[in-house]
Amino acid sequence: MTSAIPAKPANPTRNPDREPGVQTRDTPKKKSTKHYSDRVRAERKLGWILAGPAFVVMLLVTAYPILQATYESLFQFRLTAPDEREFIGLGNYAVILTDPVWWSDLWTTVLITVITVAVELVLGFALALVMHKAIKSFRGILRTAILVPYGIITVVSAFAWFYAFDINSGYVNNWFSWLPGIDEDLNWFAQTGTALFVIMASEIWKTTPFISLLLLAGLAQVPDELSEAAKVDGATWWEQMRKVIIPNMKAAIMVAVLFRALDAFRIFDNVFIMTNGAYGTEVLSLLAYRQSISRLEIGLGSAVSVLLFLCVLIICFIAIKLFKVDLAGSQGGK
Amino acid sequence: MPISRTERKTRRRPRAAGIGSVLVGILLVSGCGPAESDNTLTWYINPDDGGQAAIAERCTQESGGAYSIETSLLPSDAASQREQLARRLAAGDSSLDIMSLDPPFIPELAEPGFLAPVPDDVAERTTENVVEGALAGATWKDELVTVPFWANTQILWYRESVAEAAGLDMTQPVTWDQIIEAAASQEKTLGVQGAQAESMTVWINALIESAGGSIVTDPEATADEIELGLVSEAGTEAARIISTIGEEGLGGPGLATQDENNSMIGFQGDSGSFMVNYPFVWPATNAAVDAGTLDAALIDDIGWAIFPQVTEGEESAPPLGGIDLGVGAESDNPALAYEAIECIVSVENQAEYFITNGNPPSNTEAYEDPRIEETFPMAETIRESLEQSAPRPQTPFYNEVSTGLQQTWAPPASVDPETTPETSSEFITAVLRGEQLL
Repeated sequence: MTSAIPAKPANPTRNPDREPGVQTRDTPKKKSTKHYSDRVRAERKLGWILAGPAFVVMLLVTAYPILQATYESLFQFRLTAPDEREFIGLGNYAVILTDPVWWSDLWTTVLITVITVAVELVLGFALALVMHKAIKSFRGILRTAILVPYGIITVVSAFAWFYAFDINSGYVNNWFSWLPGIDEDLNWFAQTGTALFVIMASEIWKTTPFISLLLLAGLAQVPDELSEAAKVDGATWWEQMRKVIIPNMKAAIMVAVLFRALDAFRIFDNVFIMTNGAYGTEVLSLLAYRQSISRLEIGLGSAVSVLLFLCVLIICFIAIKLFKVDLAGSQGGK
Repeated sequence: MPISRTERKTRRRPRAAGIGSVLVGILLVSGCGPAESDNTLTWYINPDDGGQAAIAERCTQESGGAYSIETSLLPSDAASQREQLARRLAAGDSSLDIMSLDPPFIPELAEPGFLAPVPDDVAERTTENVVEGALAGATWKDELVTVPFWANTQILWYRESVAEAAGLDMTQPVTWDQIIEAAASQEKTLGVQGAQAESMTVWINALIESAGGSIVTDPEATADEIELGLVSEAGTEAARIISTIGEEGLGGPGLATQDENNSMIGFQGDSGSFMVNYPFVWPATNAAVDAGTLDAALIDDIGWAIFPQVTEGEESAPPLGGIDLGVGAESDNPALAYEAIECIVSVENQAEYFITNGNPPSNTEAYEDPRIEETFPMAETIRESLEQSAPRPQTPFYNEVSTGLQQTWAPPASVDPETTPETSSEFITAVLRGEQLL
């Protein structure tokens, strides 16, 4: 995706290496904190005072469970057999990582993440463009309409999609029987392929508005002068898109992709409601749920959760370090 | 809490009392009720048609102030009910005075001592005339750990027109092979539960038990020593029946996701022939006819018989379900809870519960209530079925066994009598030994 950056940045004021939070236009690039000016230092201090309490609270409510889960994951511990708790070191991790179930669930999760995020990005961008270009009087209604699916609770939307496709109560088979492969007897939730299709469709329908909203914010940041100048130079719509608008929106796009990828990777509700992991649709969150909540195997379940957490960290690392997602940049550095 | 005291004072005036009680009701529902006095018992109930709440109210009144029972609703499916209760019990929640428990999960809760012991005199009084299967379900390691309340069982429902056309004599017990053949020859579908869910375990267990085997041969063993009886003649027979129905498409296109409710809907339709299902089918079908969604002629076409045999001439072992009542070990007042339980499971309450909610009594004496025969013409078959029934494996590792079975035996079309019992057995054993994930 880095190839989308043009050789010469279209926006000369953009500096991808700038320190997040240091938004002063004239601050040169500096790696060491020693050389910050008084003003920058005062700004940083204020930043800590403002964000510090929230940071501490977050640390308490997220770090504590993470640490506890990591600790529990080193034990063989079943909630209904409290006396048989036994320290087994990394034994749980060995069981999980040598089990084909973990790898097939990881594969399913990655598949869902990649497909849903890719489709959502395309659809979301189209919707963002529609919202951006819509005439003023129409804009409010349009945005509300597009955002409705996002406002629906996932469990509710999962049930709605489930009942629509269910072989007993659904209408989809009836409505779309003219399509090849769909007939009255198609049981969507009985095979991996069709079941994942419904799960992903529901996921895409529900979260595309989120991506389109983030992209709309990015679109609004692209200065009109740039596309006007390109237009004057004779650039076609596609060229304006590719050379001017998208490169200038890169930060917003990457933030949208990162947020959605993290969300999609932790998918639970849709799968839980529609198939409960049956017939090859199990995802990692459901695997963790099955061990900790259904089996009450706290040790094994915690180990799955810790591994899931590590996967999420890896996604963040890839996005931030390799694709250089600038989390502060989407707010606009202009 | 101060709020509740003010509410109580307002009861002097009738109108204010009305408003007051509504407010108290709202507060109770929202979980901020008055501070519980010493004789308030909380009964965690599974969702029903309001029958348990009615019994709670009746017993509260009959106790003359000795105790008052409040009900608290559990999630709708048995697995989630277990999850909630097990976590609360493990955390030492003292509000678990009375719990409606699904029998397969009782050993898991009894083994670590999460249940308060049943006093001998209560055990004696509440087990009189109780069907054997229900008693077995309420017991762990030869000791009664819960009190049998109601007992569920599956019977064979059939469409008389189809049975007649196929030339089956339904006055005698039929076999699975016979109904498979009849459904195939009449081009109808069989009502069975092929979804990857608890209903699959219920089916497998009934088939294996009917063939004279058992899923778990030594239920009291520890996790790493447990022996499964799947690789056996009975296991192969069960797999053969399930795979035949799956492969020949006799369960209809929805078989792989079919639960009890879905099979009932299929049975009520044009392709219905034979179905194994619980007694709820009867009130549900009658209600649909009354509401005008089903043809009234359907009712006259429905017949019932005992669960089909696996081996001709050998009595079948129908599924057993139902609810037993347990008392949490940390309850503040176990003696009072057992006193209330005795009232709840009284013969009259069990009969009333059957008539109003369709849940069959575990006490055979309750079937003598003349109203039962009127509402449930198949009551005698149900009672007979209960006496023949076999519980699901009574082991503390039931959840692993059941989920393992579901993951390896569904969908029915993928079952292979040659390999499935063995794969399934190896998988469950590996999970129990902690070598594999579930």
